[in-house]
Amino acid sequence: MKVLVPIKRVIDYNVKVRVKPDNSDVDLTNVKMAINPFCEIAVEEAVRLKEAGTATEIVAVSIGDKKCQEQLRTALALGADRAIQIETEETLDSLNIAKLLQKIVDEEQPGLVILGKQSIDSDNNQTGQMLAALTGMAQGTFASEVKVDGDKVNVTREVDGGLQTVALNLPAIVTTDLRLNEPRYAKLPDIMKAKRKPLDVKAAGDFGIDLSPRATLLKVAPPAERSAGVVVESVDELVEKLKNEAKVIS
Amino acid sequence: MAILVYVEHDNSELKADTLKTVAAAQAIGGDIDLLVAGHNCQAVVDAAATVSGVNKVLVADNAAYEHQLAENVSALVLELAGDYEHILSTALSVGKNFMPRVAALLDVAQVSDIIGVESADTFVRPIYAGNAIATVQSLDTKKVITVRATAFDAVATDGSAEVVALSNATDAGISAHVSDELTESERPDLGAASVVISGGRGMQNGDNFKLLEGIADKLGAAIGASRAAVDAGFVPNDMQVGQTGKIVAPDLYIAVGISGAIQHLAGMKDSKIIVAINKDPEAPIFQVADYGLVADLFDTLPELESKL
Ligand SMILES: Cc1cc2nc3c(=O)[nH]c(=O)nc-3n(C[C@H](O)[C@H](O)[C@H](O)COP(=O)(O)OP(=O)(O)OC[C@H]3O[C@@H](n4cnc5c(N)ncnc54)[C@H](O)[C@@H]3O)c2cc1C
Ligand SMILES: Nc1ncnc2c1ncn2[C@@H]1O[C@H](COP(=O)(O)O)[C@@H](O)[C@H]1O
Repeated sequence: MKVLVPIKRVIDYNVKVRVKPDNSDVDLTNVKMAINPFCEIAVEEAVRLKEAGTATEIVAVSIGDKKCQEQLRTALALGADRAIQIETEETLDSLNIAKLLQKIVDEEQPGLVILGKQSIDSDNNQTGQMLAALTGMAQGTFASEVKVDGDKVNVTREVDGGLQTVALNLPAIVTTDLRLNEPRYAKLPDIMKAKRKPLDVKAAGDFGIDLSPRATLLKVAPPAERSAGVVVESVDELVEKLKNEAKVIS
Repeated sequence: MAILVYVEHDNSELKADTLKTVAAAQAIGGDIDLLVAGHNCQAVVDAAATVSGVNKVLVADNAAYEHQLAENVSALVLELAGDYEHILSTALSVGKNFMPRVAALLDVAQVSDIIGVESADTFVRPIYAGNAIATVQSLDTKKVITVRATAFDAVATDGSAEVVALSNATDAGISAHVSDELTESERPDLGAASVVISGGRGMQNGDNFKLLEGIADKLGAAIGASRAAVDAGFVPNDMQVGQTGKIVAPDLYIAVGISGAIQHLAGMKDSKIIVAINKDPEAPIFQVADYGLVADLFDTLPELESKL
C-alpha cells in the first residue's frame, strides 16, 4: 500500500510570531521555519506502517515555494521514499491546497493519505477533511491510533468527551493528533541519503485548477495583551484577593 | 438571508456552546434555523426548540446520524445547504470534523474558529496560536463557518420554535462507528465551567491530580491539564487545554505546575481571572496571571483546599 503524506512548512512552534507594524500580516522575515509538528507525526506514522510491512512506499508532498523543499528533505530523511513539491509563490486557501492534493491522489492512487490535523500557522484544521470530501473517501480525523486491517482502517480519534473508534473503507484519509506517536530524529546518514532521493517539482499552475483566493485578509492585529498582575505572598492573600478584589469566589 | 446552525449534542443533551454559536449567527443577522442530526435524540430537539431567536428546528433523527459520522452528516447538510447563505457550527470535535467536508462539497472555503463578526461576510479569527488576530472577508457566496464559543455570550432559552422532521437518511456506507471510550465525570464540562483548575507536568503523576479535585469540589470547577500532563499519561486527552486542545474562558482559571507555553496560553488566556501557582518565578505563566503565587504546589494545594 502506498501512503501519501502532505506536509507543510510553517513557523517553528517555539517562536512567538509578531504582527507587522502596518497590520498587513505577521512578520516572517528571519523567523525559524520547520515542518508543521502534526505533519511530522504524519510522516512518522507512515514510516511505522512501512516498518510494519503494511505500507510499501511513502510519498511526501508539499505545496509552497522552493523553500519547502527543505521540509520535504526532512521527510525523506525520516523515511519517505520520494517527494513532490507543487510550486507556488502564493499562500493558498485550504480548499485550493485540497484540490491540488486531490490531483496528486488521482495520480498516485495511495491506499492511505495521512495529514496533520492542523497547521500551527493558519490554525485552519480543514485540509484533510476537504481532501476526503473531494476524493469521496472516508476520514479519520484527530487520530491517536491507526490500525490497518485488510481493506479497512480502524482509527481511534480524540474527541471532546474522550476517544472514538471508527472503521473506514480504504483508501481513506487520516489526520494526526499529538499523541499518535512521538516522531524520531533524523540521523546524519539518513540526512545524507535523503539528498539523493527523488524530489519532483510541479508547477501549481499546471493542474488546470482555479486557484484564486476565496477570502481577503483585511487586517492582522496583535491580540489584546494581558498585563501581568501581582505576585501574592501567601495562600491567605490569594484567597482574600479572589474573594474581595476579583470577586470570583465567595 | 438565512442561517443554518448545527446543534452539538450527544443524542441526550444539547451542548450549551450551541447557544453561543446561535449568538454568532444573530450577529451575522438573518433567519436562523437549527439542525439536529442524531438518533433517538428527542430531548435534544425539545431543548433546541426553546433556543431564543430561532425560526425552525430541522430534525434528522435516523440511525445513519447516531454517531454523527462526518461522511453522513456532511451529505445531509449539503442537501439542506441550498436554502442558506451561512452554515455555522461550534468549533468542537463534531463540527471541526464534518464542516470542512461540507465546505469542500459546496466548493467554498471554510472560515474556522471565528471570535468576532464584523459583517455578514467579514469575520475575526485567531491565527498562530492566538498570537495574531486576523480579519478576513469571505468572497464565497455561501459561508461555512465554525465558531469559537468562548467568544460569544449564550442566547436565552425562552423560545418556542417550530420543529420540522426531515426524512433524509444518507448513509455514505464508507465509514462505521466501532466504539466510544468516554471519560465519565461528575464535574462540569471544561467548556461550560465558570472555574477551571488545571495541572501540568509539575503535578508529577496522575495520582497527584487528587490534590486538584478537593479544590475543584469546593469551587464547582472543571479540571483541565497541559499537554505535557496528558502526554505523560497523568490524565486523559480530553482534559487538554490549549491551541490544539480545548479552548476555555472561565471566570477563574487556576494553572498549577504549568509553565505557560504559547500553545497552552492559546487555550486559556481569555479567562477573566488567571491564577498561577508555580515554583519557578521566571515561568512565563506569570506574565498572563492576575495573581501569581511562587510556591511549591505540594504545600500550596492542601492549604488552598482547607482555606476555601
Ligand atoms: C503542535 C503543538 C501543539 C501543542 N498544543 C498544546 C496544547 O494544546 N496545550 C498545551 O498545554 N500544550 C501544548 N503543546 C505543548 C507545549 O508546547 C508545552 O510543551 C506544554 O504546554 C508544557 O506543559 P507544562 O507547562 O505542564 O510542562 P512544563 O513546561 O514542563 O512546565 C512544568 C512547570 O511546573 C513547574 N513545577 C514543577 N514542579 C513544581 C512544584 N512542585 N510546584 C510548583 N510548580 C512546579 C515548573 O516550574 C514548570 O514551570 C503543544 C506543542 C506542540 C508542538
Ligand atoms: N501547503 C501545504 N502543502 C502540503 N500539505 C499541506 C499544506 N497545507 C496544509 N497541508 C496539510 O493539511 C494539514 C492541515 O492543515 P490546515 O487545514 O491548514 O490546518 C497539514 O498538517 C498538512 O498535512
